[in-house]
Amino acid sequence: MSLLRAEGLAKEFGGVRAVEALDFEIRAGQVFSIIGPNGAGKTTLLNLLTGIYRPSAGRLWLEGRALAARAPHEFAAAGIGRTFQNLQIFFNMSALENVMAGRHLHERCSLAAALLRAPQLARAERECRRLAAELLAFVGLEASIDAAADALPYGALKRLEIARALAGEPRLLLLDEPAAGLNPSEIREMDALIQRLAARGITIALVEHNMKLVMDVSDHVLVLDYGRKLAEGAPDAVRSDPRVIEAYLGAGD
Amino acid sequence: MRGLLALAAVVLLAPLALANNYHYEIAILAGLNAIVCVGLNLLIGYAGQISLGHAGFFGIGAYGTAILAARYGWPPLASLAAATAAAALLAWLVGRPILRLRGHYLAMATLGLGIIISIVITTEDRYTGGPDGMSVPPLALAGAALAGERAWYWLVGSLLLATVWLSLNLIDSPVGRALRALHGSEVAAEVAGIDSARHKLLAFVLSAGIAGLAGALTAHYAGFITPGKVTFLHSIELVVMVVFGGMASTFGAVVGATVLTALPQLLTVFKEYEMVVFGGVMMLTMIFMPKGLVPTLAALAGRRR
Amino acid sequence: MSGELAQFLLSGLTVGSIYALVALGFAIIYNASHVINFAQGEFVMIGGMAAVWLLAAGLPLALAGLGAVALAALIGLALARFAVQPARGASVVTLIIITIGAAILLRGLASIVWDKRIHALPAFSGDAPIAVAGATIAPQSLWVIGVTALIVCALWWFFNRTLTGKAILAVSHNRLAAQLVGISVRRVLLVSFALSAALGALAGILIAPITFTSWDVGVMLGLKGFAAAILGGMGSGPGAVVGGLVLGLLESLGAGYVSSAYKDAIAFIVMLAVLVLMPGGLLGARAAERV
Repeated sequence: MSLLRAEGLAKEFGGVRAVEALDFEIRAGQVFSIIGPNGAGKTTLLNLLTGIYRPSAGRLWLEGRALAARAPHEFAAAGIGRTFQNLQIFFNMSALENVMAGRHLHERCSLAAALLRAPQLARAERECRRLAAELLAFVGLEASIDAAADALPYGALKRLEIARALAGEPRLLLLDEPAAGLNPSEIREMDALIQRLAARGITIALVEHNMKLVMDVSDHVLVLDYGRKLAEGAPDAVRSDPRVIEAYLGAGD
Repeated sequence: MRGLLALAAVVLLAPLALANNYHYEIAILAGLNAIVCVGLNLLIGYAGQISLGHAGFFGIGAYGTAILAARYGWPPLASLAAATAAAALLAWLVGRPILRLRGHYLAMATLGLGIIISIVITTEDRYTGGPDGMSVPPLALAGAALAGERAWYWLVGSLLLATVWLSLNLIDSPVGRALRALHGSEVAAEVAGIDSARHKLLAFVLSAGIAGLAGALTAHYAGFITPGKVTFLHSIELVVMVVFGGMASTFGAVVGATVLTALPQLLTVFKEYEMVVFGGVMMLTMIFMPKGLVPTLAALAGRRR
Repeated sequence: MSGELAQFLLSGLTVGSIYALVALGFAIIYNASHVINFAQGEFVMIGGMAAVWLLAAGLPLALAGLGAVALAALIGLALARFAVQPARGASVVTLIIITIGAAILLRGLASIVWDKRIHALPAFSGDAPIAVAGATIAPQSLWVIGVTALIVCALWWFFNRTLTGKAILAVSHNRLAAQLVGISVRRVLLVSFALSAALGALAGILIAPITFTSWDVGVMLGLKGFAAAILGGMGSGPGAVVGGLVLGLLESLGAGYVSSAYKDAIAFIVMLAVLVLMPGGLLGARAAERV
């Protein structure tokens, strides 16, 4: 089943075409990787899929329905979650509170209930706390539940962002360079985490430079170059595609 | 909640240390400033925005209740409520376009708003009495006028406790988390589904309404209101109180308001040097203690806040 | 052109020139350090008051003016060195409060060192009004407009033809790159504050014969100069000049034809409108996309 479909997607910045004439489809349950040299438009694409940029042209369909969202929080409400290449952790809160904040879409809380500390709110808060703790355990941060976010190391923060994104119960999870800045053993852990997520049936779109990780976890790979689709297909097919090799100039493993 | 109990104890026991009406007056004014600051702290400390024009909302509350009660004969409780609502309403109307701005630009927009309000108040002297101000009828609860420092002390004290309680509740709720997330990283908050525009507006309107309420109470308490309370300088004083006490700390806001209300009173001895000292305190605090008094002291005491 | 309109235009250009000088001061400091210097208005006050004081002490007008400008520049240096530099990298709120604190401090000092009375400087070349296009203009207004024009040219030459000026521009474009090519960002900060203070003081001296001066004249002038900078485009030198002149004209025409009671509000209404509709101002950059 098609989860996300893009047709003719384009984004222009005053003459620079960051993304152009992009057509692709992400199927439900897939791990879909987006690769390409620096400046190929990968992060721009993620920003387009989360409403941070407005497309200059093209349409998006989510689960067969045209995506009418405008502001980023509407994209989130439609079921798209994301992590960031440059960490956007809420450093003014604890790790647990970061994940609880990610649960915003599933919390019903009126202003009056918040101000007056209504009893049903207390129950909802306990539940939220429990779920958040579970997610932290799922990504391997059970030891850091009460830690302040600004006290955690880089690798832990990357996993915290994933836990926060999961808290929103997204239908499509976008990971922006989850392996960037991690050492080899942390990358192996991230690899395992992504596979655990995929095993749970979560559809994942992954922007990544680390080819080993991409080849390991992906079902389908999309290659971008200068904002256009260069190639796409199964990991092995893409890896041996001469156009892809040329674009990367031998970079890879 | 321990902090709230401690504050309640302070409010209950403080009268033992207040020797005369003048002391009570300072305590009441400190309490009123503290109420404004708790609200302003929600905007600056928690939602991470800024306002250099909150004296404008304070003034709308003060002059609103004054005009309705004195010129139109409204019962004081009704004029109080209406004035508070007017401040909140203005914030709601103006907030949407202004809150799209960030940093310096937002600061200047709120500054401009505050000054425009102050100029209108000073110029429309048929309603407001102009630069000379106007007198305000006393607050009457169920027919009986509220008079005397002690009665006002208990009123302001309980309202302060209520405001702090509401603020603490809000911060610990999903709405509060959304506000703090907004401050932490606006783009990440949006991507998590938080409507940042709506939440910024909420913090702005809430803090404006609280400022309006405090303004209205101040007007009834003093029996008189002048444009001197609606100036840019007053807006700055409020921000300094919040920042001095410690941003993102409700009790910090209370401490900051109390200290910086009492300090100038102590300084009236050095009346001429008041501005010099105030300005100096502002600068030194921000240079050496940018986190504010309460968090800095807490860090020194070795605890984590 | 009706005499009345000509009168409004001339007075608008006069006060607009002052706003332009103040706005230039804001722009220079903002460019060098991304700090909004809320004490800018106080430099205007120091210029006028110090000149009055030096004049009363017996110095001829020209020397009193120079002395006042020099004093303001020194105070600007001190502000940069002791208040702004230690707080490098602090948040927007922190820096705003520091410069506002400095403004309050300077105002308080002025009220103590000098006094709270209103003072006037003698007009530079007499008071005999000159007839121009059906209106009369005081010779001092010509001084204001003329000196401002000269200063703008001098600044253009400074920023485009001298090494120090180019260094300041370099820092405003890319701080790190400027440091990497050996520009002392610290010195740029100091120079920009001193320069802005001198500009402000000059404005204060120019306008003192017309609108008088006192210990608290800096508040409104500073804020309106700021509104002018925003109108023209924050951080843009030409924008500051254009913004200042346009604001002066709007204020004068507005007070003349719409409402003189709300004259002071015009600057802030314009500023709010610009911020909400066109934050980049008349000449500033279009708002950049979020990344």
